Amino acid sequence: MEPPERPSRGAFAPWDEPAARPLVVFEGVTKRFGAETAVSDLTLAIYEREFFALLGPSGCGKSTLMRMLAGFETPSAGRVLLAGQDLAGMPPHVRPVNMMFQSYALFPHMSVEKNIAFGLEMDGRPRDEVGARVAEALRMVKLEGLAGRRPHQLSGGQRQRVALARALVKRPKLLLLDEPLGALDRKLREETQFELMALQERLGLTFIIVTHDQDEAMTMATRIAVMDKGRIAQVGTPPVIYEAPATRHVAGFIGEINLVEGTVSGCDGRRVTVATAVGDLTVADAADSVAVGQAVAVAWRPEKTRIVRAGEAISNGRAVISGTVHDIGYLGGRTTYHVDVTGLRLKAAVANAARSVERPLGTGEAVKLAVAPDALLLLVR
Amino acid sequence: MAGECSDRLRVPPMSERATRRTIILVPYLWLALFFLVPFAIVAKMSLSQVATAIPPYVPTFGLADGPTGWLAKAREFSLDNYGVIVGDRLYVDAFLASLRIAAIGTAILLVIGYPIAHAMARAPERWRPILVMAVILPFWTSFLIRVYAWIGILKPEGLLNELLLGLGLIGAPLAIANTETAVLIGVVYSYLPFMVLPLYAALERMDRTLLEAAQDLGCPPWKAFWRITVPLSLPGIVAGSFLCFIPITGEVVIPDLLGGSDTLMIGKTLWTEFFSNRDWPVASAVAVLLLVILVGPIMVYQRQQARQMEAGR
Repeated sequence: MEPPERPSRGAFAPWDEPAARPLVVFEGVTKRFGAETAVSDLTLAIYEREFFALLGPSGCGKSTLMRMLAGFETPSAGRVLLAGQDLAGMPPHVRPVNMMFQSYALFPHMSVEKNIAFGLEMDGRPRDEVGARVAEALRMVKLEGLAGRRPHQLSGGQRQRVALARALVKRPKLLLLDEPLGALDRKLREETQFELMALQERLGLTFIIVTHDQDEAMTMATRIAVMDKGRIAQVGTPPVIYEAPATRHVAGFIGEINLVEGTVSGCDGRRVTVATAVGDLTVADAADSVAVGQAVAVAWRPEKTRIVRAGEAISNGRAVISGTVHDIGYLGGRTTYHVDVTGLRLKAAVANAARSVERPLGTGEAVKLAVAPDALLLLVR
Repeated sequence: MAGECSDRLRVPPMSERATRRTIILVPYLWLALFFLVPFAIVAKMSLSQVATAIPPYVPTFGLADGPTGWLAKAREFSLDNYGVIVGDRLYVDAFLASLRIAAIGTAILLVIGYPIAHAMARAPERWRPILVMAVILPFWTSFLIRVYAWIGILKPEGLLNELLLGLGLIGAPLAIANTETAVLIGVVYSYLPFMVLPLYAALERMDRTLLEAAQDLGCPPWKAFWRITVPLSLPGIVAGSFLCFIPITGEVVIPDLLGGSDTLMIGKTLWTEFFSNRDWPVASAVAVLLLVILVGPIMVYQRQQARQMEAGR
């Protein structure tokens, strides 16, 4: 099997084009189960050929959102539109949408071939067309030799491929993937991520994926919607979500981050100084406008932190925080230092570019952390 | 560590092996004592001849006869009783009627039992134990009493006729009691739990997302029922059907109480032969033949159960 190539996304950004018409629109959608609100007044537009990720912890409403698209749940309020058409009252079996289930939901009493053919047979396709398209789908997921097997005779990875082929064989406008890689082991998952991306690109389809795995979302998605308690916390491309998180929740959910609470002590245009427990921190380019005295948080990524011995010099203009090394996590490619600073524990990640470190930092050593002002984020919400 | 290893490899001591063997032996002894021995006695009796004696057949074997005596007596065995049964329309008809009533009854049970089991499996989870309880509840009353109660319902001046007459649906009482219809009603009523429970077990185990997947692929719900639900509940259908068909074929009480003299079922014939005619050999031959007829379905049922066990592993 050739290693799948990561397809380039190019300048694909229909969400920035005012003339682009979205394929899927959630319009003020609310879904309540009894007293519980799973999705709360949510508005979202997803464009054709997007690989859109709904990311969030379990119970955040991401699966409910997907099930409303597939037709298994009806919104308590609001509208769901597909290609401009309101989906209300349209039962699942007539929606031009297919779903790949988290459990795969393969029919245990049917062979691989029959499973894949099921959707085409339901459409009343002629027999030779069904045969040809099933064979093509089997080729696509590299399962040609296993057409006659039953699902219980397959490995987890093979089952995942059958589920994918079954959902794709009908060439849906929109493919919904509910935690599609959740049951695979890590190596297979990474391989499959790239295969899925290549497939989506090649077929020119729109994918919506539900996942709780941030790496998966970051790797595959054109855009990510980070969800929290039935609402969307932020929608953006993976770099935007990572480098410019809109809220404390998004910042904390995606990747590692150092977060320090404080109050605004100075304001000079977009340059904001915040008084915190670790000293004054100046954010070069604050996204939100704030007033002096407002409670905010300052955050930065561990890998954007320099760590040096207490005595060493640091170039000017950086925020410097002194502390002691609490422990060290050596991860091969990089090393993570946990540094205690006045009751807070901050992280610094250093790429191990050289093969060996002559005099590595030790636990208990006094160090200085340095962060450039443009690496600092101001978080209001 | 070494101790653990040798521990795992050690041969179980004699006493332990003996214990294991005893545990395995107990059910076999039970079967031998309460199934094989009685069956051998019945089989032997079916080869004997009726006689005015106690017990009412010859030959009888006594300890005093000795081996030569036993051998001489064994020569008296014959297949005459089987010849009588096969040659007599009465017995053949009774066998055929039993099989017919069992087949029709099982079909009706399946048609009634499936929707019940399906609804139970779809009920909210906290209701399900209550519903299962409701299906089992009739067992708390004696089977005999429940069948007797149907006489009161079905007889010409019974509850059912009173109700239908009262509603003006019929002009004259329906003659249901002492007909094959009454037997079928009794059979369906009595055996419903045996149909519902295996079906419920099969349907309850089914993964509901399979139906969602079918719908997602363009299958309307009614079609998903036939393409997904029914094939996946096939083990339950087979189990329930044989669990009903086999005992209904040999049913005695229901045709006796509800069927009247018109309905000839083999179980009832056997009973009459044994207690009224006191022809134990012919009754025994009927019993042996009934078993032979049912061996086929029983084996199909056993095979299905074994396959189920394997699939469940």
